[in-house]
Amino acid sequence: MKWQTMLGAVKSRFLAALGMTKLRVSAVILFTMGTGSASLMRAQVTAERLVDSGKEPQNWMMYSGDYAGRRFSALEQINISNAATLAPKWAYQTMAGGKFETTPLVVDGILYGTGQDNRAFALDARSGRPIWQYQRALPADIRPCCGRVNRGLAILGDKVFLGTLDAHVIALDSKTGNVVWDVAAVDYRGGYSITLAPLAIKNLIIVGVSGGEYGIRGFIDAYDAATGERKWRFYTVPGPGEPGHETWEGESWKIGGSPAWITGTYDAATNTIFWTTGNPSPSNRGEGRAGDNLYSNSLLALEPETGKLKWYFQFSKHDEHDYDATQVPVMVDQGERRLILQANRNGFFYEVDRANGKLLFANPFAKVTWSDSKDASGAPIARKDASPTLEGNRVCPGAAGATNWMSPTYDPQTRLFYVTAREQCDVFSTAPQAYEAGHAYYGSAYFPNDDAEPFTGALRAIDPGTGKMKWEWKHPSPTWSGVLSTAGGLIFTGDAEGNFIALDAASGKALWHFQCGASVYSSPMSFAIDGKQYVAVAAGSALFTFALP
Amino acid sequence: MSIPRTNLRRGKLWSRRRDLGLLFECAVLVACAAAAMALRAQDKNPFAGDAKAAKVGESQFRANCAFCHGLGARGGGRGPDLTRAQKRHGNADADLFRTINEGVPGTAMPPNGATQQGVGMTEQEIWQVISYIRSVQAKAPAQIPGNAAHGKELFYGNVGCSTCHMIQGKGGRLGPDLSTTGSARSRDYLVESIRNPSRRLAQGISEAMKEFSQEYETVSVVTAEGTKFVGVVLNEDHFTLQMMDTREQLHLFEKDKLRSLEKSRESLMPAYDQKMLSDKDLQDVIAYLLGVGAP
Repeated sequence: MKWQTMLGAVKSRFLAALGMTKLRVSAVILFTMGTGSASLMRAQVTAERLVDSGKEPQNWMMYSGDYAGRRFSALEQINISNAATLAPKWAYQTMAGGKFETTPLVVDGILYGTGQDNRAFALDARSGRPIWQYQRALPADIRPCCGRVNRGLAILGDKVFLGTLDAHVIALDSKTGNVVWDVAAVDYRGGYSITLAPLAIKNLIIVGVSGGEYGIRGFIDAYDAATGERKWRFYTVPGPGEPGHETWEGESWKIGGSPAWITGTYDAATNTIFWTTGNPSPSNRGEGRAGDNLYSNSLLALEPETGKLKWYFQFSKHDEHDYDATQVPVMVDQGERRLILQANRNGFFYEVDRANGKLLFANPFAKVTWSDSKDASGAPIARKDASPTLEGNRVCPGAAGATNWMSPTYDPQTRLFYVTAREQCDVFSTAPQAYEAGHAYYGSAYFPNDDAEPFTGALRAIDPGTGKMKWEWKHPSPTWSGVLSTAGGLIFTGDAEGNFIALDAASGKALWHFQCGASVYSSPMSFAIDGKQYVAVAAGSALFTFALP
Repeated sequence: MSIPRTNLRRGKLWSRRRDLGLLFECAVLVACAAAAMALRAQDKNPFAGDAKAAKVGESQFRANCAFCHGLGARGGGRGPDLTRAQKRHGNADADLFRTINEGVPGTAMPPNGATQQGVGMTEQEIWQVISYIRSVQAKAPAQIPGNAAHGKELFYGNVGCSTCHMIQGKGGRLGPDLSTTGSARSRDYLVESIRNPSRRLAQGISEAMKEFSQEYETVSVVTAEGTKFVGVVLNEDHFTLQMMDTREQLHLFEKDKLRSLEKSRESLMPAYDQKMLSDKDLQDVIAYLLGVGAP
């Protein structure tokens, strides 16, 4: 119980700071122990704790569990030998409809999550009982794409941070849920919203904006965690005079989309933020925006203090199929090699050198028809005849992609990368469309292919050394669930049929499952309290937790 | 406009301080009432006959509706043909607006903005879509060729449709209930479904409602005891199967306890070729189907 010792040390420091005598300190500690409370006095979440999150496996302090984006829990109490006995512990109901996409945080016994329509809540993570609940009063005229969703919070100091559907960034007091500050990132009426979980780095709160369906001009922002003051903004579509501006035809850059709607990762060793971007607008029509359309569908390396671009790598140039690169860019070290791994929505698994953005290789991990050749660097090139047409052109992967925002995981024990793959092709059509601010701007549409081929899905284990598949677990239909790996040798994922499943990370054999009663649209996580490990997943309108009996 | 209504339906808004919560709830109620009145005040399409609005509406239609209703509004595997003069859920502008904005409960037609996929439309955009639908729909109800009365005789008699299909409570359960099919499917779709039923299995809407979309896939299982059942899949997940056999018995299985399980996208429905059903009789059966489901 390393963390309990640490907690004790922090408590002592805290009480000493209050000027309490040693005697009273011991009395308080005795008292807290006597009540059996997990932590009457919570420690502040410092920036250092976030960097060293690996030392606190009982906590889950950011969206992907660690700055590397591995979604790996070092807890091993639940393991391949006992997973079959997992049982539900508690459920928390948001009472909200639609997709429940949150990955909760757990810090020192308290769970912080978000729900539809910008709900947020803090729960006693042992019982599921609410400590506070918050819901933002949203304007009536927001029309965010793809559901009124939110994926989670960031925590730093004594605050949690929420991005909202009306494109605000809000700091809530972590003990009361009261609003500490509230800043409009941009006018939501232009089609902007924020759905991702912010990322706390040093004293900054990093967010990216959603709205690739509206002809926005995407950006990534950094806010001072203490005051909400904006420290920098990186426009993902360069303006006049900036490098990359020449990759946009005429005035198209002004409505070039390129949102940044999934939480990035952070390399403290090189002080670099890795953030990914989505489709150029309009998604289905390349006419009018000739060029590569930087920095759409890219991986960006940014300096946290300034937002300065160190380098970029673009996955899908001049995209016409909505192939957002908004998948968590996972940091993995292989010997001397420092890598970013990404299974991209366009169907390729990419390995990129995170020192300079150089592509090492790209291999398909799902059915791909949009590309059948590669350039000198090994990057896939789009086929000319894969472009959308007026009456529609069938292309794989479909618009929802070979994967999407659901998190992958990297397991340092098996050294495998696990990703949710979706096998679904679509018919892409294109037609001219006039831009109107705040209105949907797709340049036409996509729809399912009308042959008799059913959509399927799979959880795939990929060897990062080669990009080859090691095993797969087949889903009856494509799922929107992410994946968690744990030191117990387990992989957790969900399916569209409502099952939450534990698999053997080495073999892909299912060891346990639980029917949640609704599709899983979230990525699971794990935490521990009082030495007991829990696994949590959101499904339907409930957050479920599981533990050994 | 769907947004305040959605809030109302959810009813309870959270607040730690009850008085503030009440205040806010009142504000939302007032806003909703105002919005509802604004909607009711306008039951005519402000863009009626406006070709430019219809063009914009086509973009919106492609983005929001074509997924189920097809590119030209002629109906897809999931959504009805909207080029017919008569719409099942009302023909007036106000009816179309309501159908689009509020959806049709009990069907795959979701309320505007609630598909969890696209963006949803503003009031103005809905009217533009209605302009588009008006621009592509037939001027008058189509004359249905064929003898519907004879079609009904065939349906319940020699052709054997009612063995597996029900219409208004009468018939079998193994295939889709066809009570509303006439108003939902195009003539071409019905012809294809009868002549070549495996070409395209009956579909529900996918994705947001994927949790339960029956496709009438054919399934054949052998239990641990060696009993064989053939029928259609009612639902399934990775671990379990819910099926109806050809005797209309329900079976609920855990897949790993079965000796074998085979699924096929060859429909259990026979392909009715010319020998089994002449073009004339086909026309009569379709006349019956179109008539029974007519709005």
